[in-house]
Order: sequence, then C-alpha cells, then structure tokens
Amino acid sequence: MNIGRFFSRNWLTGYAVVYMLVLYLPVVLLPLFAFNASTIIAFPLTGFTFEWFGVLFETKALHSAVQNSLIIAVITSILSTLLGTLGARAMVRYRFPLKRGIVGLIMVPLILPEIIVGVSLLVLLMQIGISLSIWTVIAGHVLICVPFSVAILSSAFQGLDPSLEEASMDLGETRFGTFRRVIMPLILPGIISSLLITFTISLDEFIIAFFLTGTDVTLPVYIWGQMRFPTKLPSVMALGTILLVLSVFLLVLGEVFRRRSASRQGQDASATGGLM
Amino acid sequence: MILSRESRQGLTLISPPFLYAILMLAAPMVMVVTFSFWTQNYLDLDRTPTFANYREAWTGEIFRVLMLRSLMISFFVTIVTVLLAFPIAYFLSFHVKRQKALWLFLITIPFWTSYLLRIFLWKVILGYNGVLNSALMGLGLIDEPLDFILYNVPAVIITLAHAWAPFAILPIFVALERIDRSLLEAAEDLGDGPVRRFLRVTLPLAMPGVLASTLIVFIPTVGDFVTPRLVGGPDGVMIANLIQVYFSKANNAPLATALAVSSMLIVASISLVIFLIGRKIGGRTQ
Repeated sequence: MNIGRFFSRNWLTGYAVVYMLVLYLPVVLLPLFAFNASTIIAFPLTGFTFEWFGVLFETKALHSAVQNSLIIAVITSILSTLLGTLGARAMVRYRFPLKRGIVGLIMVPLILPEIIVGVSLLVLLMQIGISLSIWTVIAGHVLICVPFSVAILSSAFQGLDPSLEEASMDLGETRFGTFRRVIMPLILPGIISSLLITFTISLDEFIIAFFLTGTDVTLPVYIWGQMRFPTKLPSVMALGTILLVLSVFLLVLGEVFRRRSASRQGQDASATGGLM
Repeated sequence: MILSRESRQGLTLISPPFLYAILMLAAPMVMVVTFSFWTQNYLDLDRTPTFANYREAWTGEIFRVLMLRSLMISFFVTIVTVLLAFPIAYFLSFHVKRQKALWLFLITIPFWTSYLLRIFLWKVILGYNGVLNSALMGLGLIDEPLDFILYNVPAVIITLAHAWAPFAILPIFVALERIDRSLLEAAEDLGDGPVRRFLRVTLPLAMPGVLASTLIVFIPTVGDFVTPRLVGGPDGVMIANLIQVYFSKANNAPLATALAVSSMLIVASISLVIFLIGRKIGGRTQ
C-alpha cells in the first residue's frame, strides 16, 4: 500500500473510526459493569442491577471523600482561574523582560511528571513542618491547574480588540472600571470555561493528591484504596459511571462557554481552543 | 534598571502566578535537590552533605534496571502514540471540514474520565476473563484465554499509549492547521505527486508539532506509577514505583529524592537531545 493511498480520504475515515472505537473502549465498559449483577468484573455479563449504586449511598467513607474532593476542586478552580487570568492577560497584552522564562516556569507543570510535583511539595512541607490536609492538596492542584487556565484564557484575551479598552479609557473609565465593564464581560465565557476545566482536573487528579492528602482523603485516593478489595469493585464502577456523566456534563458546558466566548469575539469557534 | 511603563504593568500582572510557581515549584525543587544530599538515619535526618544516596542509586542494580526499563517503555509508548496520532491529526486537518471542533471534543472526552478507572478498565480488557479474550474466544480464534497479555511490559505500553493519545494528536493537528495550503498547491503545480508532496512539504512543516507531541508524551510517561502498579505485574515495575516505595514504605526520603533527581536529569538530557535532533530535521523549513 503506498502512502498516497493511505492518506486518501476513505482510508483515513476508516482509520479514524477504528481509532475512536479503541479510545472509547474503556469508557464504554464502565457503565456496562456498573449495572452488571455479578460481583466479578469480567465477561460474560450476568444481569441488570441497580444494587451497586445503592451501595454507594450507604458508604459513609465515600461521602466524606466526595465532600473533600468537592471542596478541593471548588477552591482550586477559583484560585487557579484567578492566577491564570493574571498570567494570561500579562502574557497576551504586555511585553516585559524575562517573559519567556517567567511564562515557561508557570507553564512547566503541564509536562512535569506529576510524581515529581507531588514528591517535591511533600519534601518541602515536611521540612517546614506543615501537616498534610486538604489545603496541601489544593496547593498542588492549583500548581498544575494554572497552566490550563492560562492556556484557556490567553485565547480569550487574544480575541480582545485593544481599541475597545482604549475607547473606554478615553471616555473616562478608570483602569479597573474598564476591566469590570469592558474586558470582563468579553472574557467571561473564557473564565467560566477555565473554572469548569480546572474543577474537573482537580476532581480527577490522583498522584499529587496521593502524596499530599492527609487523613481527609480525596475521591480518587478513596477509589485507589477500594481497588484492593475485589468485592468493592462493582460499586467503584458505579461511582466511576456517575463521575463520567458528571465530567462529560461539565466539559460540554465548558465547551459551550468557550465557543460562545470565541463567537462573541468574532473568532472561528472551531479553532483548537483553550487547550493548546 | 529603569523599566518602561508597559514592562512594569506586565510584570505586576504576572507576578502572582509567577510567585506561586516559585513558591510551590522552584522552591520545592531546590529543597528536593538539597534533600538528596542528606541521609536518613532511622527516624532522624543527617544533614551533612554527602553523595551517599547518589552512590547507592547509581551503583545499585535496581535503579539501573528500572530506569532503563522506564525509558524503554516510554520510548515505545511515544513512538506508538505519535505514529498512530499522526494520521488522525492529518485526517482532522485536511479532510474534516465543518465538524473539526466536534471531533476534537470527542477525542478529548474519554480522557476526562477517571484516570484510575481508565487504567483499571484496561486490566478488565486485557485480563484472563477479559474483553479481548472473550471476544477472541467468541470468534473462535482461540480455545483458551491468553494469559500473557496482562501484567507485563506490553500491557503497560498499551495502557499508556491509550492514556496519552490526545496529547499527541493536538500538537500535530495545530502544526498541520498552520500549513499554508497554497504551498501544497504549489508543490502539485510544480509536478510533485501526493507522496512526494507529503514527504517534501507536509511532513517537514508538521515536524514542530510532531516534536512537541513526542516530548509531551515522553516526559510524563517516564514518571508514571499507577499504570505499572495496576497492569504491569512484577516485570512491569517502573522507576516511579521505586521512588514511591522509598518514600512511603521504606521511609528513606533522601534516597527517594536522589532517585527522583537522577531520573529527572536523565529525562531532561534525553529530551534535550530529542529536541535538538527534531530542530535539525525540521529546521531547514523554518
């Protein structure tokens, strides 16, 4: 087969379909086993049940893990979006010395192995003598979420027409007034999208939470603990299904806001958007 | 140094996230490096600087074996992921006209589902009574379940390649999107067939994206410890598992940090080499 034919439309469409099927393979299995009557996670499926979802409602330890994760995710998303807004604005609008180095340091957690972030924060906390709590997890999560927030918001700021700000300043608005009345409404969808995505990242993050969590475990750390017990697995599947539905919902919402942000600024909404 | 008004405003704005990164990333890194020169004396830390941890790490067999294995696994994962991702990125960029955002969205969705459960589900797929074995037996291709597809290095490679797929697709897609389509027409007008056009125009221009994907996949996968723990079995253990064990169970944090620093240096130098080679290949066109 020559490469020219391989890159023809039909071949590629077929390839893309197969690729997508493999991508979705694990995700599809999740609800399958969540509703499967057997306690063993294997084929063949034995029957339909809601039992595993019922188990979830009775597990107290799970409830407090969910609560911890929600608190961590909410605070993380707010803090990282605040820091991300400042970073993105500075990055897009201003030139300043050492810009590449500064931006580089802020963005580097994006590619750093999470175990390095977790281990190094843990070592620092041990040395200062700060005990582990949900705040130490938040500290780690904010660090890895800020780059995502910067990426999403810099695309929002990029679409901003500088003449709008100038007009507002010329008409006598203060710098803060301009930000509140002109810039803020235009980038609001970007901010919401950043809040949703960083919330989702924090909710799902395991490795950093594993190192930095104290007695108040987060949801992924709780799931990790449950994985050792084969009898708990079906309810873990049920929990995973609920999380899946929740994350997809939040991401669709985030995507809708991102597109609205793009179209409000007259950009091509089909662009790669925030994540690049 | 006198800064312009613009510089001052820019620096003021960026200082909160910058200070946060200094405090939570740079400072801990410095701490880790310092720590790696100390030694653990049962419950106490001996703060006399020494190379003992590095000596122990580099002369011991286990670090060498696990580091080499981690690098090998990551190389495979990177090659597989990038090679499989390229046609998808190409398809999205050149053949999908209106639904690009939808496709990108569909590609990223599976990766926002629980990371732990995704890895666990690969265990379900590759396991003895798993999806793959059931399917193969159902099709009559095998009589007994295959037991060599889980708890080994290939299982780790498959799982990681799946987990990092979107991170490989997106940079290549962005690079392909940036290619000026008139260059392709020009190549065609000047007599290049589809293959020559692809090799001489498209591929070199896509190289920055390929390079970015390679590094984005390679660097973090070396440090993964959940995948080897869940699907790797005893032969699939990677360097991060060793670091984690020294940190928690063995309670030897200084040795753990020495291992972490050593592996970071190795990964950083390999990445630099990949980057320089990539720049050299792609450099001619820029």
